[in-house]
Amino acid sequence: MNDLQVTDPTVQTRALKISARQVDVFYGDTHAIRKVDVDIADKTVTAFIGPSGCGKSTFLRCLNRMNDTIDTARVAGKIRLDGEDIYDPRVDPVQLRARVGIVFQKPNPFPKSIYDNVAYGPRIHGLARDKAALGGIVEKSLRRAALWDEVKDRLGAPGTSLSGGQQQRLCIARAVATSPEVLLMDEPCSALDPIATAQVEELIDELRRRYSVVIVTHSMQQAARVSQNTAVFHLGELVEFGETGQIFTNPNDPRTENYITGRIG
Amino acid sequence: MTDATAARPTPSLLAQDNRTRHRNRAEVRFRAFGMAAMGTGVLALAVLLASVVSNGLGAFRQTFITFPVVLSQERLDPDGHRDPAAMARVTTFGYAPLIGRAFADHVAALGIETGLGPRAMAAMLSEEAPGQLRTAVLANPQLVGETITLDVLASGRIDGYFKGRVTLESAERDRNVSPEQLRLAETLAQAGVLTTRFNQNFITAPDASGQRPEAAGLGVAILGSFYMMLVVLVLTLPIGVAASIYLEEFAPKNRFTDLIEVNISNLAAVPSIVFGILGLAIFINFAGLPQSAPIVGGLVLTLMTLPTIIIATRASLRAVPPSIRSAALGLGASRMQSVFHHVLPLAAPGILTGTIIGLAQALGETAPLLLVGMVAFVREYPAPLPAGLFDPASALPVQVYNWTQRSDPAFVERASGAIIVLLVVLIFMNALAVLLRRRFERRW
Ligand SMILES: Nc1ncnc2c1ncn2[C@@H]1O[C@H](COP(=O)(O)OP(=O)(O)OP(=O)(O)O)[C@@H](O)[C@H]1O
Ligand SMILES: [Mg+2]
Repeated sequence: MNDLQVTDPTVQTRALKISARQVDVFYGDTHAIRKVDVDIADKTVTAFIGPSGCGKSTFLRCLNRMNDTIDTARVAGKIRLDGEDIYDPRVDPVQLRARVGIVFQKPNPFPKSIYDNVAYGPRIHGLARDKAALGGIVEKSLRRAALWDEVKDRLGAPGTSLSGGQQQRLCIARAVATSPEVLLMDEPCSALDPIATAQVEELIDELRRRYSVVIVTHSMQQAARVSQNTAVFHLGELVEFGETGQIFTNPNDPRTENYITGRIG
Repeated sequence: MTDATAARPTPSLLAQDNRTRHRNRAEVRFRAFGMAAMGTGVLALAVLLASVVSNGLGAFRQTFITFPVVLSQERLDPDGHRDPAAMARVTTFGYAPLIGRAFADHVAALGIETGLGPRAMAAMLSEEAPGQLRTAVLANPQLVGETITLDVLASGRIDGYFKGRVTLESAERDRNVSPEQLRLAETLAQAGVLTTRFNQNFITAPDASGQRPEAAGLGVAILGSFYMMLVVLVLTLPIGVAASIYLEEFAPKNRFTDLIEVNISNLAAVPSIVFGILGLAIFINFAGLPQSAPIVGGLVLTLMTLPTIIIATRASLRAVPPSIRSAALGLGASRMQSVFHHVLPLAAPGILTGTIIGLAQALGETAPLLLVGMVAFVREYPAPLPAGLFDPASALPVQVYNWTQRSDPAFVERASGAIIVLLVVLIFMNALAVLLRRRFERRW
């Protein structure tokens, strides 16, 4: 049935994967996110758009509790993954992050070999039975991130020796290798050329068959191409959230229209 | 037409404008200043090294006198049973006349006119000689009755004559040596009986008393320092690294941890002698550990070195970019996994350097050791590890201090020699630090 969804880009009522309600984020005294409600559906691509500094990355990091690692950050509100509150004191963020993976805005490969970069996640989660299986996961992940052909002859080279765009794809491969249920991608194509961008978009489309993907992007075209739902942020507030087609053709909020047509941001 | 830039003539790149000239001059001034500063430092170092080396190299060479000795049975083993217990009843005073007479006989046999009495002749030999011969004989009783070739140290003054420390003029005013003895020594040197050569005993022998500078060596001090460094390494590395990792990666940032942080920085600045007082009170008076033992010295130096290592380790942990931690955590690694798989390997070169610098500091530390009794005069080697940790021992820097306190000028040379040994060990340690750091860093 999954195939059906790919061929049919219109939004259907899909199961709810993540629901965020009345989320506030503070960095010390800075109120970075104000009362945001967003629903992330399963097997869907959701795009976050908005001007720079409006809080897209901040909100994205709430979804797998990466904000916990920032000392000054404080999150209020309810975020549920499959109906379970991820900020419940009983939740171990480590377990959560294994299910909700993230690709950061700035590429951050480990200063280890390309192979070890991709193999790290599967290793710590025990996803591969033996060396051959691990090699298989590494190859598949690198292929999906459109990096395999460029690095297949030098898997032992340090990940940090790759170009910026290659590092970005390496980070995507690394995140994909752990097979998360939800993949959060913060501007994954910001350093990529049009060809690699197209390949990553293809990957996103493919991931959508089994997982849900949240993507932050500054490219309206990309949001329109890959996403089914779009959330528009402005100064820490959620301006509008809905089907991508509707947001781009018939926005309810004037700020959305201004942003999309390039009058602000 | 109102464009101001168009009106200005295009400046030539071939001529510097005023601003550039000004900046370049400032840079030249700064470079000259930097070079002068570096030159001063290098000069000071060169002077220091030159003085230490010129004073101390002599300690590695020593004057020996070689002659045959008959180990007469009636003197050394009156019972004739070769029973070491019975032979041990003959003290060094029994051996001394034997050696003195043998030396006089040998000189006479060479046909050299001395004009010196037997006592003056014997005084040319080190007081250490009878003891060494006795030890050798007791270890091998079969030697009794034989004639062996003895290679004994010349006395400190005779040795000093060949190193330029003692002259015929100074001997006139010296109660310990006469010009006649020096002249005889000169003759013996020509005859090949007296030679000045490399003396490994300076490295291996234990300390000797104030009257026998020629026999004093660094053996016990080197062993003691080595034992202490082992204690320091084994304790500071795990404790220091664990404390740093906890403080840097796990501890909540609050008033309490801030307080700890300030105190660690303060501890690093506490004068080292304070750690000695602390060690004396805790390890010796309270815990009842033995005085002069490497374990106590090592514990005191551990206290002193810990802050240094913690500060260095935290600095290198902090230098690891936070994005590496985020990357690991984002993949679902636990905090401990992110630290041990990614952060610690990246920080390892810095930790290593900090540890070795801390150890080098501890190796050269004197003051706290004086307080825990490492300054004692020790002639017995400490036992092998681990029991040796509790035996009395000395330490290299304390030995330097000790020797500079003695009246005989021959000890100045020995102190400088000990400094050379200390410096060589330090250079070796620092080279090791550089080497290890390169090795670790080259991987990426
Ligand atoms: N670690 C932090 N500490 C303090 N303030 C922060 C921190 N991270 C982000 N902020 C603030 O939160 C606000 C939102 O930042 P965020 O990074 O989420 O923006 P963004 O929408 O992702 O922007 P961009 O499109 O440029 O990436 C900004 O005003 C920023 O200054
Ligand atoms: Mg961002």
